[in-house]
Amino acid sequence: MNIMLHMPALLIVLPLLAAFVTPLIDKLSRKARNAFVIAIVVIEEIMMLFFAFHIFSGNIAIYTMGSSEPTKLVTEAAVPIRIVLEVDAMSAFMGIISATVAMAAAIYSISFVEESKGKGKFYTLLLIMLAGMIGMEFTGDLFNMFVFLEILSISSCALIAYRNSDGNAVEGAFKYMVVSNIAALLVLFSIALLYSQYDLLNIAALSKVISYTELDKVALVLLVTSFAMKAGSVPMHYWVPDGYSPAPASITAMLVSATQASLYALFRVSFTLYGKVITASYIGVFLIILGLLSMFIGVTMALSQKDIKRLMAYHSVSQTGYMLLGVGIGLYLLNTSDFNTYGIKAMEGGIFHIINNAMYKGLLFLTAGAIFYRLKTRNLNEMGGLAHSMKYTTLFFIIGALAIAGIPPFNGFASKLLIYEAAYRVSPILSIVAMIVSILTLASFVKVFHSAFMGAKIYEVEEAPKSMLIGMAILAAVIIILSIFPGLVVDKIVAPAAHALANWQVYAGGV
Amino acid sequence: MLKTYAGSWDAITWIIAFITIAIVVYIIRSFGRKDYRKGEAQKAFFSGEDVLSPEEMHVRASNIYWGFVEAMKGYYAWMRKIHNGIINDYIAWFVGVAAIMFIVFFIQEVIK
Repeated sequence: MNIMLHMPALLIVLPLLAAFVTPLIDKLSRKARNAFVIAIVVIEEIMMLFFAFHIFSGNIAIYTMGSSEPTKLVTEAAVPIRIVLEVDAMSAFMGIISATVAMAAAIYSISFVEESKGKGKFYTLLLIMLAGMIGMEFTGDLFNMFVFLEILSISSCALIAYRNSDGNAVEGAFKYMVVSNIAALLVLFSIALLYSQYDLLNIAALSKVISYTELDKVALVLLVTSFAMKAGSVPMHYWVPDGYSPAPASITAMLVSATQASLYALFRVSFTLYGKVITASYIGVFLIILGLLSMFIGVTMALSQKDIKRLMAYHSVSQTGYMLLGVGIGLYLLNTSDFNTYGIKAMEGGIFHIINNAMYKGLLFLTAGAIFYRLKTRNLNEMGGLAHSMKYTTLFFIIGALAIAGIPPFNGFASKLLIYEAAYRVSPILSIVAMIVSILTLASFVKVFHSAFMGAKIYEVEEAPKSMLIGMAILAAVIIILSIFPGLVVDKIVAPAAHALANWQVYAGGV
Repeated sequence: MLKTYAGSWDAITWIIAFITIAIVVYIIRSFGRKDYRKGEAQKAFFSGEDVLSPEEMHVRASNIYWGFVEAMKGYYAWMRKIHNGIINDYIAWFVGVAAIMFIVFFIQEVIK
């Protein structure tokens, strides 16, 4: 049996099945449960890397669920039936992000939630969250995407409210639930609009026949706005600080990847599902405007915060703006001669920024969690002098802060440079705003660094426990690799993902 | 090396340049005064006032960038007003964005 053929299904099924086995092992032994969860996320990461590099070498993987020959389509009247998973370079790229962040988050959680109750349920939900993300990224079926979106939303909501003795956590989870359900319902409604016209749910098959009727336009508007809200774009970002700040730090890192899965869905719909018919550039302009608003409002709101995780949550909104700007410019220039010159570079910048943001924002949330673990506060006014006692945490924070602020030679600089240059060609204003936002980002993290780590030793605290340091070290190591070899990463991983997104015909041809 | 639209970026070259400059700076620094006294000479001079203890001197987060926030207080007042934590308003913004997109589509059809 060629295991690579079954990878698309295995990568979803592994964490999903493990999630339901975890409570049983939890009944036997705490150590066995921890070892089992760590083994699963590490195996998932290794399998994902092998599979992703198979895809990056120019392949598209198709998997028909429940078929005796899953790599072949089951067709009836030339229409693909059953749930079909379709993995191209963009999907594989997103898969790497989800698996890596989940691995770091799970290892970090071993110590972080050690003193909490319901750890069996915590890890169950964490693994379901991972399965939901991978499912959204790997599915080739619109309804299936809705199902995985729901799986991801429900597990995320439950994990935000994990510390249910904290009123803010319950409130944040409630808001996340309302926002997610409304977005999911409108996604479902849009899918119904498309299905009622074409009798199809398969994205590739739909993209070949979509004719841009009035109903298609209604579906497009609802899909784009719903996924933009789930991605935390301004002015639909209000749930982000409410949900991110009270959640356990490892879950907040996972939530960053979860919002990026929604961003992936937004890009997949805009570029692939509607790739054939989108000739007008206003969806691209719409994404650019959302990107600019997200960047500026996100960073200015972050600057005035005193809750460390709320501050970082606003930065997540701001960083989403860069991704929307980069990919929005690509969509704006799609089907024009400029696309092959600077349009594709903007897309590469936006997509490179997705992995960069997942790593450094994940790392920063984990460092905030380490501070909370020791001080039991998120209030920056109550911190100070932690660099004396939490040396490794300080180092990891510096790596994450320099990377997010786009300071050379860190990875944030490389992706922002790609965006700045391409954005300048569209309008210098876009580049100027992006650079100002980068400066304000640095200012904001200087504030955190000064407030939390600098100054005289105020608290007698120890360094974070080993498992938390390992979780942070994993993400810091990935940041350093991405920083030192940006050219290699862009050529081997990012550019194939950008081209896969830009060429809807290739994805459509897979089915 | 990362090829950008207008040029290129090589992190390794940057790191080598940074280390080289750091070494040069260190060498220049080593030419400095050797008679520098540790202790009394390191103390900050605040016009004859007593210097506060390091704990008391630590500037708290709420005071950092006070000037920036004060200069933009109109903007921040508006931002606080719309970031009110009311879930109904969150959804109203979503409906508003969807409505704007619908209007843009409608206008585009009319122009056609």
